[in-house]
Amino acid sequence: MSTEKIKATIWATLVTAVLARLIVLGSNNLTNFDAALVGYTFATLFAAFGITRRYALWLQRPPTSIYWKRGWSVFFRMFRPRYAVGNLITFFRRLIIDFAFTSFIWRRGKLRWAAHWFTMWGSLTASAVTFPLVFGWIFFGTITDDPGWYRVYVVGYPTFAFPIQSFIGFMIFHALVWSAIMVIVGVLLALRRRLRDHGAISKQQFGEDFLPLFLLFAISVTGLMLTASYTWMKGYSYDFLAILHAITVIFTLLWLPFGKFFHIFQRSAQIGVAFYKDVGRQGEQAMCRRCGEPFASMMHIRDLIAVEQQLGYNYQMPDSPVEHYQWICPRCRRALLGLAQGSLWAASPGVSPK
Amino acid sequence: MPVHDQMEFFIDPSRCIGCQACVQACGECDTHKGVPMIHLEYVDRGHSTQTVPVVCMHCDSPTCAEVCPADAIKKTADGVVQTARKPRCVACNNCVLACPFGVPKMMTDFELMMKCDMCYDRTSAGKKPMCATVCPSGALFFGTRERIETMRPRGTPVNQFQFGTQTITTKVSMMVPKYAARIEHIDVAAAMNEGSGGKSISLNILTAVYNAKDEA
Repeated sequence: MSTEKIKATIWATLVTAVLARLIVLGSNNLTNFDAALVGYTFATLFAAFGITRRYALWLQRPPTSIYWKRGWSVFFRMFRPRYAVGNLITFFRRLIIDFAFTSFIWRRGKLRWAAHWFTMWGSLTASAVTFPLVFGWIFFGTITDDPGWYRVYVVGYPTFAFPIQSFIGFMIFHALVWSAIMVIVGVLLALRRRLRDHGAISKQQFGEDFLPLFLLFAISVTGLMLTASYTWMKGYSYDFLAILHAITVIFTLLWLPFGKFFHIFQRSAQIGVAFYKDVGRQGEQAMCRRCGEPFASMMHIRDLIAVEQQLGYNYQMPDSPVEHYQWICPRCRRALLGLAQGSLWAASPGVSPK
Repeated sequence: MPVHDQMEFFIDPSRCIGCQACVQACGECDTHKGVPMIHLEYVDRGHSTQTVPVVCMHCDSPTCAEVCPADAIKKTADGVVQTARKPRCVACNNCVLACPFGVPKMMTDFELMMKCDMCYDRTSAGKKPMCATVCPSGALFFGTRERIETMRPRGTPVNQFQFGTQTITTKVSMMVPKYAARIEHIDVAAAMNEGSGGKSISLNILTAVYNAKDEA
């Protein structure tokens, strides 16, 4: 096993062990843990192991590693008094605009945005409800003097209470229903695009593009069937539906580290990249060694040269004042391609394509 | 469905007349609707009409994909380097700056890198890329090797490019003259000191106008 894989496995084991310990602690030594949900718990632990291992491997790739280090150094720069206020405002603005509203997807296409936004928020709210309940970190208890009220306990500590037969009670107990409806809307919009868009059709793959949608749809529909069973059908087939729902969720959790859902964990890099670009814009600019125009930040070009060398690329130009092809701007690279070919034809004796 | 292995893309910038037909057609491609991915570059706008159409060369070992921190650029089994995967691309600009051919485009509004994917919706269905379909001068040609060799007996396709000490092999070939000794690669970096040659503007129209005015 390579050093990278050993490191990644160690990190994955550590994170899984910490999560397991937190489950035990948060559920008051499993007192508040619902044994019926043990399958979900082990699938979550497996997902935590797989995601951390893949994440750790990903971070060790040369280009990712450099962004990871630079990202954190920029992040800590945020806390220097000179930059703190402005950077914190920018940080939260990006968090809201880019992540909560996914405004960049809106600009790519309204239908695409709607599909993503409903799926994302449906899945996030469902996760925010499900995981703490499964881990026993949150549970509901009746109040002794008034059985018509429920109190919410968070890691064993009593918090707010609410009447069971109330609007807030209805909303809380049906939180997963609202999430499921959002996910179904998002999935159907995404499927509509995938079945009609010629560009998408030519590139899509079952495992990468359809399977995640089918899984989310299956989780949501079986979840809604559970609600339908106990609300309107006197619990008809409830046990079977509960097992079916568990299978869809557990399969998704086990698949989480391997497929498209991994982008949920990768996307956080977007904020680091945005700050990296900000810092680059404020710093020295790299001038193209052919046209003399600025084309990127000096920091970015130096980092890229280092990354390319680590990857085994040799774009050095030892006998030229340019030193490295990376110091040529993209526009000049395109022009050079034409000039190089043109010079071959010009030098060709008695042959001209023109 | 993969791109048919008999069908290849050949580019010949020296035949380009700068008509922009490829740019307009490129925007019609379903994989990047409305946004042309081809570059039609003026080599030296002030002094020459020489233009270069630049499509993705689909490198065997794509630098853009290797330097991508998000692992967003993938090459399909048929050798086509696809545009960035939308869920993964973090708009870092690494690919734009690293591509030795200057191909990827950063779409800042979309926070997404987009690039030529050889009209995968068309080529994977046995059709030509949009740009090659409309190019009137044959600067962009998509077809069999036999066909191009018949059509251009004085030229030969080369798919190796030299950038300093780095050699890059590509799926797309460029037409070069057929010398007695075969050209193994095109040394792109060696053109650093080349000026735009064959299509220089030599009429000096503006100077003539000013001179005429002065004389009047």
